[in-house]
Amino acid sequence: MTIRVQVRYFAALREALGPSETVELPAGATLGALRDMLLSRGGRHAEALARGRALRCALDQVMSDESVPLRDGAEVAFFPPVTGG
Amino acid sequence: MAGARVFSVSIQTADFDLGAEVAALRAADHGVGAVASFVGTVRASSDGSAVSAMELEHYPGMTEKAIEAMIDEAARRFDIRAARVVHRVGPLMPGDQIVLVAVTSAHRGQAFQACEFLMDYLKTQAPFWKKETTPQGARWVDARVADDAALARWGIEAGNVR
Repeated sequence: MTIRVQVRYFAALREALGPSETVELPAGATLGALRDMLLSRGGRHAEALARGRALRCALDQVMSDESVPLRDGAEVAFFPPVTGG
Repeated sequence: MAGARVFSVSIQTADFDLGAEVAALRAADHGVGAVASFVGTVRASSDGSAVSAMELEHYPGMTEKAIEAMIDEAARRFDIRAARVVHRVGPLMPGDQIVLVAVTSAHRGQAFQACEFLMDYLKTQAPFWKKETTPQGARWVDARVADDAALARWGIEAGNVR
């Protein structure tokens, strides 16, 4: 069983990786597992999403941590710390 | 008149008029005794560099939802009657207005506090990103530890800077 999630990137991550992509994952995968999968591609993904880099994520447009499980059709976003206001 | 509670958020490229926004916010609500507002503007310098232009990116959909949730939280914590947040996106120039937060209440204490709470919350939790153009080129603005500390005063962990 696999699920498909939409992954969106913003600000510096969007410049490095593009605005969005669709990713297939095993059912039950967490947001952290998605990040690991993207990291394993190497190259730009490994650099932009590196652990230890200040990064925030959202699941279905709500700030999230990496422990949450993903469902089919979920919208995940990775972005730098926010700087509005 | 009691006036219904009005909480609203706009994300827009267009400029805003503080006077008009405040007038609309307190119109027909004579229970209002205090209006507190904050306007953030683009500085012409940042971290020692001249800033000639700024670009504001956001996450459409999430931005509005995040700020609406912040206003709900402000309404739980403070006795406010209405709140309005306007945040601009797109290209901006030094001196331009970026953000407006306005809050009405029966008395000033709650209005001041709710306005500051909303700004502290927005700074670290609403998905906006600033890119500045400087003589050295364009650069993304770094999040500030001081902004996380400002939210921590309200008992909320920002987690924006690690």
